[in-house]
Amino acid sequence: MKRALQIAAQLALYVPLMALIGYFSTEPRFSTLAPDEALVRLSFIHAAERKEPCRQRSPEELAKLAPNMRAALDCPRERAVLLVELEVDGQVALRREVPPSGVQRDGNATVYHRLPLPAGRHRIVARLRDRPGEGFNYEREATLELAPGAALLIDFSKGKGGFVFRS
Amino acid sequence: MGTVPIYLVLAPWRHLGALGFALFWMLAASGIYLYIRFDTSIAGAYDSIGALEWWFGGVLRSLHRYAADAFVVVLALHILRELAAGRFRGFRAFTWISGVPLVWLLYASGIVGYWLVWDARAQFSAQATAEWMLAAGIGAEPMARNFLGGESITDRLFSLFVFLHIGLPLALLAGMWVHVQRLGRPATVAPRALAFGLLGMLLALALLHPVASGARWDPAAVPQGLQMDWFLLFVHPLMYATSPALLWWAVGGVTLALAALPYLAARPRAPVAQVDPANCNGCGRCVADCPYEAVTLVGKRALVVEARCAACGICAGACPSATPFRSVAELASGIDLPDLTVHALRERMQQALPADEVVFRCEHARGSGGIALRCLAMLPPSFVEYALRNGARRVKAIGCREGECAWRTGLELSAERFAGAREPHLRPTVTYARHGDAYEFALR
Repeated sequence: MKRALQIAAQLALYVPLMALIGYFSTEPRFSTLAPDEALVRLSFIHAAERKEPCRQRSPEELAKLAPNMRAALDCPRERAVLLVELEVDGQVALRREVPPSGVQRDGNATVYHRLPLPAGRHRIVARLRDRPGEGFNYEREATLELAPGAALLIDFSKGKGGFVFRS
Repeated sequence: MGTVPIYLVLAPWRHLGALGFALFWMLAASGIYLYIRFDTSIAGAYDSIGALEWWFGGVLRSLHRYAADAFVVVLALHILRELAAGRFRGFRAFTWISGVPLVWLLYASGIVGYWLVWDARAQFSAQATAEWMLAAGIGAEPMARNFLGGESITDRLFSLFVFLHIGLPLALLAGMWVHVQRLGRPATVAPRALAFGLLGMLLALALLHPVASGARWDPAAVPQGLQMDWFLLFVHPLMYATSPALLWWAVGGVTLALAALPYLAARPRAPVAQVDPANCNGCGRCVADCPYEAVTLVGKRALVVEARCAACGICAGACPSATPFRSVAELASGIDLPDLTVHALRERMQQALPADEVVFRCEHARGSGGIALRCLAMLPPSFVEYALRNGARRVKAIGCREGECAWRTGLELSAERFAGAREPHLRPTVTYARHGDAYEFALR
């Protein structure tokens, strides 16, 4: 009798637990976007140009250095702050200054931005300045048809000439 | 259910830690088979999971997944139960704090496991994790870039996933081992009926509601309408509903609050057990019986580690010097509680004699009256015989309800001592009968 009660008591606990796990392991369903939205991701890592240009050391300066340290060029380590801008249908959707990483501010700058957009046709312009001064030195423009649930990745690769749009 | 005793109905509540261990072994066993069948490459991972035969590999896959979910449920209940019972402060601080990283390790193990499937759910989880890591500026840039589409994903990355999905659970197991280090006789094995009941439940669920992969990972699409595992992956929707920064603050805050709880909610502690070198012969019984590993032997003498001592008095009940038959005016035990000495117990017992009935009662037991003990196992069995030989017709000893010992092992130790299976044992001249949480003794 006691054994039967033990089994019954266990079942009384396990059946609701089974239902709980079974349901919440798949339901309710989840979407990160509304049904009529697409997603633009701006994602890249880039090392900007040096903040100060390299400078030729004078013979006097070189003489003061230890023989093994006599490099002709003096290059400050700090890099410029990136300025990145994303324009969608003529409106600036993102304008952000991104500092270089590292204690000496000489590392890569990491850019990530997630921008849901209504599905449809959009004119997208990406701009980047990676050197000291004004204006942008990289720009790419494209008019794209974004389907509901589509993902557009905007990457940047100096080796490939600048921004790369991938969808 | 009215006829079912509550202690039977709630049996799993008393074994949540042990059920966690049982679930870990279920995950390990099912995971080994899945690993054998798994293709650790970008091109082959998704298909290798799809190729599992439904009646074996598929069932094991579902079992693996549901056991992980059950582990989360058991872990949450374990935390809540210990929290509600106040079992996190003082001498329990180490056990509590060492449990906090286990929550992280369980979640990290489970979440990385989802990535291996390489379906839309994996894509969603990996990308959400990458966004979360990037928001904190953690040095996860290369991995995050892989998930967010900036870099091509290689098989090497997949090897890293597999390494993590094996390494993190091993770290979890190591953490579980550390977690029980301050417990004497740690309950790491669940009662067979419970463990098999749980396994049966998970197998039934695996058959009734088999786990299926989502669509294949597609970097050009945003996963939509996902069948979410809300037990393990709830942090991702939470992040999108708030922000990555807020999620970091929430998770960090909860972690710190849990870790600091023993100190934030500290209470004054009872005086800890003390060793009397003149009466300690280094027999080691107190070391063997301490439920919190608070007594060690140094040479031929017991030593109490104050920070671990619960002041439960079980060590005094184990000490061979704590016998009331000793003809000394001041009964001194080798190890004793300063605020409730065995001498005081003997005096109270002697004051009660002669009597029809002498009752020894654990202060955590039901009811009131009798000679109060910190724990039933604080009672040296020789006290029972002494009372019976000095004017008591009957002796009763009452402990906590079965399985609910306030000091973990007091009931078990008492039962073994009374049955003669453990020192100090009840002499054969005394018989006893057990009625639930109460023992009744009489001379033969």
